[in-house]
Amino acid sequence: MPDVDATLANTADKLFVATIVFYAVAMLGYALEYAFGRKAAAVAGARSKVLAGAGGPDHAETSDVDDGEDGHVDERAERLGITMNQANRAGVVALWLTWIGAALHLSCLVLRAWSVGRVPWGNMYEFIIAVCLVGVGTWLVVVATGLAARRLGLFTTLVAILLLGTATRLYTEAAPLVPALNSYWIAIHVTAAVLASGIFMVGFVPAALQIIRRRYDQVEGSGRKPRFPITLGERLPAVENLERLVFKLHVFAFPLWTFGVIAGAVWAERAWGRYWGWDPKEIWSFIAWVVYAAYLHARATGPGGRKLAPWIVVLGWVTMIINLFGVNLVVSGLHSYAGV
Amino acid sequence: MSVDVQERPGAASPKRKRPVWKRPLAVARKWWGQLTSMRTALILLFALAVGAIPGSILPQRTVNVENVNKYFAENPGLAKFLDHLWMFDVYAAPWFAAVYGLLFISLIGCLVPRLREHFDALRRRPPDAPARLDLMPENASWADDAAEGADVVDRLRTLLRSRRYRTVVREHADGTVTLSAEKGYLRETGNLVFHFALVGLLIGVAFGALFGWHGNRVLGEGPDNAFCNNLQQYDDYGLGPNVSPAELPKFCIELASFKADYLDNGQPIQYSAELLYGEGGGMPDETFHLEVNEPLRLDGNNVYLLGHGYVPIIEFTDQYGNVQTSNTPFLAMNPSMLSEGVAIFPDANITPDGVRDKTKQVAFEGMFMPTAPEEPPYTSSLFPEPNNPAVMLFPYVGDTGLDRGKPGSVYALDRQQVASGALQAEGEGFLLRMGESKAVAGGTVTFKELQQYAVLQTRSDPGEGIVLWSSVALLAGLLPSLLVKRRRVWFRVKGNDVTAGGLPRTENQTFAAEFGELVAKAKES
Repeated sequence: MPDVDATLANTADKLFVATIVFYAVAMLGYALEYAFGRKAAAVAGARSKVLAGAGGPDHAETSDVDDGEDGHVDERAERLGITMNQANRAGVVALWLTWIGAALHLSCLVLRAWSVGRVPWGNMYEFIIAVCLVGVGTWLVVVATGLAARRLGLFTTLVAILLLGTATRLYTEAAPLVPALNSYWIAIHVTAAVLASGIFMVGFVPAALQIIRRRYDQVEGSGRKPRFPITLGERLPAVENLERLVFKLHVFAFPLWTFGVIAGAVWAERAWGRYWGWDPKEIWSFIAWVVYAAYLHARATGPGGRKLAPWIVVLGWVTMIINLFGVNLVVSGLHSYAGV
Repeated sequence: MSVDVQERPGAASPKRKRPVWKRPLAVARKWWGQLTSMRTALILLFALAVGAIPGSILPQRTVNVENVNKYFAENPGLAKFLDHLWMFDVYAAPWFAAVYGLLFISLIGCLVPRLREHFDALRRRPPDAPARLDLMPENASWADDAAEGADVVDRLRTLLRSRRYRTVVREHADGTVTLSAEKGYLRETGNLVFHFALVGLLIGVAFGALFGWHGNRVLGEGPDNAFCNNLQQYDDYGLGPNVSPAELPKFCIELASFKADYLDNGQPIQYSAELLYGEGGGMPDETFHLEVNEPLRLDGNNVYLLGHGYVPIIEFTDQYGNVQTSNTPFLAMNPSMLSEGVAIFPDANITPDGVRDKTKQVAFEGMFMPTAPEEPPYTSSLFPEPNNPAVMLFPYVGDTGLDRGKPGSVYALDRQQVASGALQAEGEGFLLRMGESKAVAGGTVTFKELQQYAVLQTRSDPGEGIVLWSSVALLAGLLPSLLVKRRRVWFRVKGNDVTAGGLPRTENQTFAAEFGELVAKAKES
């Protein structure tokens, strides 16, 4: 009987907790930067223009990456005793913490894999950890290549923490695979699913932000006062920049998901005798695929479709979540393993 | 579903009265245009996604008939209503077929003209430079005092060709030379391949459904239980409309032994079945080690290991001393292999002169535990391996209903017989550990020994190859259709004046940079 190295498995569990702590502190840092960071100046300028009756705010920012600052001071920040510089430094620290957190996150998975001598995504708990790692990793790459502003890490870490927090409710002891999963196809099919899900997760964030930002622009443009969560739009990048980021991420994730589904079908033929049997997991993978395909088509259907596109992305992520939690926990099917 | 290459010029005909006989044609054309539009495709995609949902919520006949029957028993009224809407056969429902049928018609209606256009585009040379290059999204102009027009053009042409642009040089009467270049044709090629692959996928699925067949068999250990491939031998089966039972390939299979390995916490880690098989009507003498992910691939069909369980061998000796044996598989109900089943003895208590008394048949409802608890209640199994096998039996006496010739489950008692009182419970249930006997119903029941069974599925799907290769084509087409960017570049040289224009024909964030670099290179030399 294959053994489980308990020491390694325990260390992996501790690393998991450390990862969440690091992400949580990082989120705090991002929040500080988001609220009081350098964008404040630009926003303050835009608002004064609105007050002066100049019409809508000017969102002609070309780059998403913050550059330079002009010594404006945010009143709220002053009241809290936080200078803009401090807030920006909090963002820098947060990014470092995210990197360290991601390193711990990775070690957690590696140790868990080592302790059981197999790929570390053999149950739902491990799957979620792996998806979050891909999500955070993708996000770090996005920030490092200048595709998104650092402070938006606030929302990405928030989503990652929520998902990891849910994973704790599904904790499963490190153990060898059940027979149905014991195949090299797990390395192919589940890896593709993990990669695609992680990138879809990160793609969902700017799509949701895009919706908020567009709504914010509308509300501000009509001279009304926005309310939470639309107020978040104040410090978000321009709609076009968010839209581009959403598209880029999905251009990556969609073929991966397609490959994952196909690999799953090939594996299903080996394990269950048929490549497609409308098992609940298969149904929802299909639904997610169709929804994301609709997103890609909507972007090519003129302005109306483009407006709809971020909503379809949000819907797509909802189907992914249903596929992960709804199908594993509520409906029973062939994809139910080890209780979940 | 024309994706991003510009819209086809619409048939904007001037308003005039059409002859009457042409009107239906015009209406049809209008509807066809509607159907093949991207917006319609989008709506159909959503309809497909929404239509697929009920299949994941309600039990499906193709997945698990017993769950459907259970649903009918629990909500008779609602189930009947839902059944009218095909809710238990969603993926075979006419309304589901209508959605994907329309989607595929819309798809083909859009693809065929695009295929024609793309084929033309591939053969056509890039068009001549438009008169006003300064109206292009990217443009530049400068005076090149070093070289003659033709030299500049040659240089640029080499440069663009090295970047895999398709180029053409045109010399005009007024001495102007234009260079047109275009690349990124692979995008539309990939897009067409992707969408046609979807059609191929559907054809493969349909082909498999028409010509495929499958059968499930609960197979106990030993040569006595061996079976050969014919429909009567399966517990359930599905036959494509174009397959006749006589055409099924000939083979026989025997389960020599079955083995399951577990962790200490009861989690299974390995199932393996040792098979003996013979093809073409031969004796089963070839061996195969069957595992969950290692199917036996025979000529034209495959054999899969889908499940396993126990067969408690139960013996009944009636009042006349006749011994009968039941070797019905007990179906596992949970991971610790607590299993349900029956032992039915329709020939019990036949008098020595051969008189059959229907009121004296004997049957047992049973609950099998591979590792039974030492003390009552005997309602659970402590471990999936047979460390302490025992069976809890509930005796019945009367007419088991087996002689009625009505098809029924072999894993359960005939509920109608019990309900009508023809088959009646005879005393309390009792526990038999392996080897133990008990006097009951005028005879003796014994838990003789324990065997295992494997659930095998044999399946043939001749559409699989088409589906697989379509999937490969689908992926191969998807990548360029998302990643490749189509763009055009023009240079016009008139004397020393060079003007350049660039047109990204698809969304392209790096085009400005690329164009800038091209212009810089052109100015350089």
